[in-house]
Amino acid sequence: MNKKRFNGYLTAGLLITGILVLLTVIGAFYTPYDPTAMSGAAKFQGPSFAHFFGTDNFGRDIFSRVLKGTGTTLTIALATVAIGAVVGTAVGAVTGYFGGAVDEVLMRLNDALTAFPSILLALLVISLVGPGNKYNVVLALGIVFIPSFARVTRMSFASLRDTNYILGARLMGAKSGRILLVHMLPNTMRVVLPAITIGFNNAVLAEASMSFLGIGVTPPDASLGYMLSEAQGMFTSAPWYALFTGLMIALLVFGVGLIGEGLQQLEREVA
Amino acid sequence: MLEIRDLHVKFHNREREAVSGVSLTIGDGEIVGLVGESGSGKTVTAMSIAGLLPRKQCTLSGEILLDGQDLLHAERAVLRSLLGKRIGVVFQEPMSAMDPLMRVGEQVGEVLRIHTALGREERKARVLEALQDVELPDPAAVYEKYPHELSGGMLQRAMIAAAMVIHPSLLLLDEPTTALDVTIQAQILDLLKKLNAEYGISMMFISHNLNVVRKLCSRVAVMQRGELVETGTTDDVFFHPQHPYTRHLIEAIPTRGRRKETA
Repeated sequence: MNKKRFNGYLTAGLLITGILVLLTVIGAFYTPYDPTAMSGAAKFQGPSFAHFFGTDNFGRDIFSRVLKGTGTTLTIALATVAIGAVVGTAVGAVTGYFGGAVDEVLMRLNDALTAFPSILLALLVISLVGPGNKYNVVLALGIVFIPSFARVTRMSFASLRDTNYILGARLMGAKSGRILLVHMLPNTMRVVLPAITIGFNNAVLAEASMSFLGIGVTPPDASLGYMLSEAQGMFTSAPWYALFTGLMIALLVFGVGLIGEGLQQLEREVA
Repeated sequence: MLEIRDLHVKFHNREREAVSGVSLTIGDGEIVGLVGESGSGKTVTAMSIAGLLPRKQCTLSGEILLDGQDLLHAERAVLRSLLGKRIGVVFQEPMSAMDPLMRVGEQVGEVLRIHTALGREERKARVLEALQDVELPDPAAVYEKYPHELSGGMLQRAMIAAAMVIHPSLLLLDEPTTALDVTIQAQILDLLKKLNAEYGISMMFISHNLNVVRKLCSRVAVMQRGELVETGTTDDVFFHPQHPYTRHLIEAIPTRGRRKETA
């Protein structure tokens, strides 16, 4: 039983994601160039040892910008998923465990939220709280991500409710709060963890789309999505800008996707 | 100690009452067997003692008194303060009765955590004592294990430890040996007898296995179609069954060596 399970997907995913996170953390403290410093002498340079990813139309170092941008994107995605997972799991726990009228009302509300295309819903929230601020993007996306988590965890809580050990906990006189937090929540993790990886990837892409459309991050902040929309304008003169930015998004999503797949495989092996 | 008076349970979606007019007393330190075939209402009777019946989906009447306190119509909070502390419950299926992500020791100590103000160390001491009481080998090692690392028999011992660690006055045992093989079954029965003698815990033992009941219980109650058809001391019921259904059940016991005589 103590045999360590090796999972290729999980290992590869953790490796890729680990490297990216490490780069981002380094980027938060040190970048080879100031990511906003312009240089008339170094416009539109291709990748070289001086500028790994080349420079853009203002002569800014794209490698430095990608490091900073990844940081922004990563932060937004993590915060978004955190909001979605925490609030969604709370909603799922209450509806799944208690059922009844609370369940009906909250889940119909959930359905209503799901009915909107996510970008449209995010746009709606942004237009209410105001654009151009990182935190508002997080708030908007966070709200968009609540329903999917609520749905997944509700199922999980509802099926756990009738298991013998939850019945046993009730028979020991445990209060609902303790049953939900101590006995049920850890047992829902096999469902929540893969959901978090999927949610994270969706959040990365959603942030990228929003910033690309101009309702997300705005200068002086730079996220990968925002940079991609910048890169679009100079696709012919500096194709490396779009290439490396896009590659970074792809790697980020790929790495976390592998982790999710690995987790699901382990879950299936255990079950 | 426990007194059931004229208990009626009817589920809204059924024609017939699941339990109709059951009256049963369990004295201090007594082990009472409740027997009957599937659907005879024995589990429903136990569930109504533990307050597990969905109150919205059934009508209950009668009284269930634990030392004079009515359980049947008690507030949830009152019931919760009694469950675990005064009444312990052990189920049939030990493999699914424990939280798979919680160490066995912590789970056995859960009752103490809920009902007492004992500190971590004191709880652990009590749990180890209980694991010892149920004759688990190497309690300190079992304490640290997860449920999937124990066998069915060991788990059932641990479940009994969990139910009795706080020394309740009554144990409800719903077919606790049915899922176990015969040798383990006999060991668990011996264990229950020992705990009963040592701590004076009253027990209600639900089973469809008459041989098991005969070994363990001092009194037997026989249920059929929701009604209590016969009660008496174990010897009386087994040697002088009054009700035809009881006779029928006893005749159905497989005996060793010879085929049963046909009267």
